[in-house]
This record gives sequence, C-alpha cells and structure tokens, in this order.
Amino acid sequence: MTLRRITVVFLALAVCGPMSLAPAQAEKLIVSISNHRVTVTSSYSGEELVLFGSVERDAGTPARPGGYDMVVTVSGPRTDMVTRRKERKFGIWVNADSRQFLDVPAYLAVSSNRAIDAIAPADVRRRQQLGIDNVLLTQRVGTDYADVVASDPFRRAFVRLRTEHGLYRESASGVTFLTPTLFRAGIALPAEVPTGTYDVNIKLFADGAMVGDTQTAFEIVKVGFEQFIATAAHQHGLAYGLATALMALMTGWMASIVFRRD
Amino acid sequence: MQLYLPIADIPINVFLILAMGAAVGFVSGMFGIGGGFLLTPLLIFIGIAPAVAVASVSTHIAASSLSGALSYWRKRSIDPTLALVLLGGSVVGTFLGVWLFTLLRAHGQLDLVIALSYVVLLTGVGSAMCYEGLRAIRRARRGGNATLRRPGAHTWIHGLPLKMRFKRSKIYLSVIPVNIIGLLIGFLGAIMGVGGSFILIPILIYVLRIPTSTVIGTSMALTLVTMVIATILHAVTNHQVDAVLALILMIGGVTGAQFGAQAGHRIRSEHLRLLLGLLILAVGVRFAIELGIRPDEIYTIRASGGGA
Repeated sequence: MTLRRITVVFLALAVCGPMSLAPAQAEKLIVSISNHRVTVTSSYSGEELVLFGSVERDAGTPARPGGYDMVVTVSGPRTDMVTRRKERKFGIWVNADSRQFLDVPAYLAVSSNRAIDAIAPADVRRRQQLGIDNVLLTQRVGTDYADVVASDPFRRAFVRLRTEHGLYRESASGVTFLTPTLFRAGIALPAEVPTGTYDVNIKLFADGAMVGDTQTAFEIVKVGFEQFIATAAHQHGLAYGLATALMALMTGWMASIVFRRD
Repeated sequence: MQLYLPIADIPINVFLILAMGAAVGFVSGMFGIGGGFLLTPLLIFIGIAPAVAVASVSTHIAASSLSGALSYWRKRSIDPTLALVLLGGSVVGTFLGVWLFTLLRAHGQLDLVIALSYVVLLTGVGSAMCYEGLRAIRRARRGGNATLRRPGAHTWIHGLPLKMRFKRSKIYLSVIPVNIIGLLIGFLGAIMGVGGSFILIPILIYVLRIPTSTVIGTSMALTLVTMVIATILHAVTNHQVDAVLALILMIGGVTGAQFGAQAGHRIRSEHLRLLLGLLILAVGVRFAIELGIRPDEIYTIRASGGGA
C-alpha cells in the first residue's frame, strides 16, 4: 500500500517535475541517474555514477542549427570550512592568516561537453554560476561576508586543495552527446566523498543562451556497520567511548592469555 | 585489502595498518614503552587526520599496556600505591589535556602544538638517553659496573613534606612531586597521543630514584588507566575515536610486542637504552626539520562545523 503510494508520488514527480521547471522555449530535459542512493560500506573506495538524459523538443521549439551545449554541476552537502595559511614566525612555520568559507559544497563537479568559455559569454557564466571559477563561495573576512574574485589567493588555494583530493573537479569532456538530443555524463565520486545529499543541476545552452534546465539529486549514505559506528560515535559519545575502552581492555587481556609464557 | 574507516572517513589498506601496528608493537615490546610517539606520526603520515590519530592511538595504547601490565602484575613488579598517587595527578592532567586539545582544534593550532611538543620532548629525552647510554657503554668497556641507582643520593625533592611510604618500591617520598609528575604525563598524553612512558620512566628513575624493578610495571599500569580515560574523554568531547582503526592497530600491536620483548632480552640493556635514545631523537629531529623548512603546501583546509 505504502509502496504503491510512493510509486505514484514518484511517477507524478517524474512527470510534473521537468515540465514545471521547463522554460518558455519549450525544450524539456528528461534525466536519470544510474544510482540515486550510493551506499558506503567497508569496501567502499569511490564510485562512478552515470547521468543519462534526452532533450525533448516539440513542434513549437525553434530550430537550433548550432546544436546544444550542456553544463552539469554536481554539488555535495554544504558545510563551513576554514582555509589557513602558514607563515614563517620565529623561524618556524605556523598557521597565521585564515578565511572561513561559509556553506560551501564539500564536493563540486562541473562537467560540460566543451570548454565552458565557448558555451556561454562571461555574463551568463557568472549569472548561472557555470564552472568552478563562477560558483559562489562565500567567505567571511572578519565581520564581512562576501564572495571574492576567482583570483583571490585563499579561494584559489581552497579550490586547488579540494581539486587535489578529487573533491572539486571540472571536465570539459564530461558530457557526451550520443545523438544531437541524447546525452550522458559521468559523475566520479572519490573515496573521500562526504555523506549527504548531492544536487545535480543540468543546464542546456544553445548559441550562448540558456534554453532549459532541470535538477535531480542523489544521496550518499553510510549503511550497516559503518553507519552504526559513525552514529554511535557522534550521538552516544560516552557509550561509544566506554565500549571502545572495553574492547581495548578485552584485546589486551586476551593477548596476555594467548602469549602467556610465565 | 581496502577497508573504509567509519570515523576517519577514508579507506585504508588493512595490511598496512596491521604492519604498522606490528612494527611499533615490536619496538614497544623491546623497550617496554607504549610506542604512541611512533604510531601517531605514522598515522598522520598516511593521511589520517591528526585528531583521529591521537584519539585512536590512545585506545591502542590502552590495549597494549594492559597485556604488559598483567604480566608485570604477576611478577609483582607493580607498586600499586605509587601507581595510585601518580594516577591522582594524571587524571586531572588528562582532563586538562583533552580540554586544551578541543580548544586548540577550534583555533587551528592543534597541529602546531602537537609538532612543537614532539620536537621539544623527543629531542630532549632522546639526547639525554643517548648521552646516558653512551656513558654506560663506555663504563662497561672499561670494566666498571654501571650503577643506575645511587642509594642515599638525595636531592631537594626528597626533602618535601607530605611524605608517605611506597612499600613495594621500598621508598619514602613526598606525594607532591609524584602528583605533579602524574599531572604532566596525563596532560602530555592527552595532547600528543602518547602514553608518556618514555618521559615517565626516566623521571621516576633519575629524579625520584625509584628502583628500576618497579618502575616499568608501575608506569604501564599508569599508562593503562590514563589511556582508558583519554579514550573515553576523546570519544565524548571530540567524537574522533575510530574503533575500527584502533582494533586493527591493537591486533598488530599486541602480536608485534611479543616478538619485540623476546628480541629485547637478547640485547644488553645499555645498548637497548642507546638504541631507544637514538630512535626517540630521530623522530624529534624529523619533526623539527618539518617545522623549520618551508612546507610544500602552505594552505590547509579544515571543516569548521556548521552545515552537514
């Protein structure tokens, strides 16, 4: 009964979702992800998701002789992060200056079918937050809140470090058009991805203007033993600590029995 | 075999962690120390966050010191009174240490303080042990017998009030310095993720002039209790104890310790002290170099709470 109701709701969402979000130009995007629920188990070491979709046209849709371009932005759970810069003080390197990044995505992947510069002009890129350089990363500097230019050293260091860990990525060949209206995009998730909800924003362009967009989402969850441990550690700290200490004592005691020589 | 660590949030190779636990266990069994000062930097080196490394190593040391303490208990070489008095100070020290740990983590200076403490303590203790070991070896070459303990050689510490009798150690001593030493060890242990035996043993032998026969066992008993407390406190305040990581370390550690203890019996004690001194000094110097040269990456990112 509940399952059927969920199915009905899901179908309704699947049908109405893209329709209600479709812009006046009448191109509709129908998309689906290979896995809406990525489970982190003890053997988890990263995963690759695939996003499939097609551009639906109807009689009223104007012809697009230049073909379509697409930018897919995947942003992970939002969190506050601090970037610190080391400086030499009294002969040793210590953390000196720092910037707090507020509510920034822990994971960010921007894929497109060709270089984003070639897809849309600068003002559109800025407005639609296309590409890592144009994504809003709010900083707190003292009491001010602001997004800064892409060349800001802290912002650049932040993006560079996240990129080195595979958590921020930009690929100008991540989206492939199989036919002029059928596309697929790969979403690479490294082993270190944080758990949570991931939003996928798909934007369709033609001749430098946005002609359609849609959203979808997937979640990454710890399951089974991993989830049990993580939940216990964060929500029942005392019980978890006592249990861990007891485990240590049991191990030590067992070792002293197994290896007893005197 | 890759395994995903639930708290450290990264996948690790189980055999690498087992091997690290076993290698450090070997060294700790050989010298009768906890080995935290080697294990914590190793874990940080393979990419585990310092906070998780320090907290999980506490759990590991609790396990290895229990198996050690039990065997010393059977040999009657633990002084329970001395352990209890040390513990009084050490519990307070552990609380202070975990509190400072949390504070420093919030201000982004935890890594620096961990590194600085390593440099100061390890180079200090390491140099002193090397010097003492070399002297003992030279003395042994000349045919004289090395006397570690000089009975009757009292310092001002032995003139302090509030004296009490420590029966099994056969010593009559003020509780004030014992408590202070306990406090210091508990404090350092909580911040650095070390049991502190490598500092405690020399202090007990050279400063308080407690006989070597009860020093190692008593220090293990103390380490056991402080590390159990540190584990629980780290779990409650910082949520950074990774039970899976700790368990793998323990299994490697207790196994390695057995072989280490066998190897230790075959080496002359002054050589053993020199070797340990060199090892401690080397780790200290490595940390010093790291602080002094320009790091490859001068930026670091840390989650600062909020959001998911």
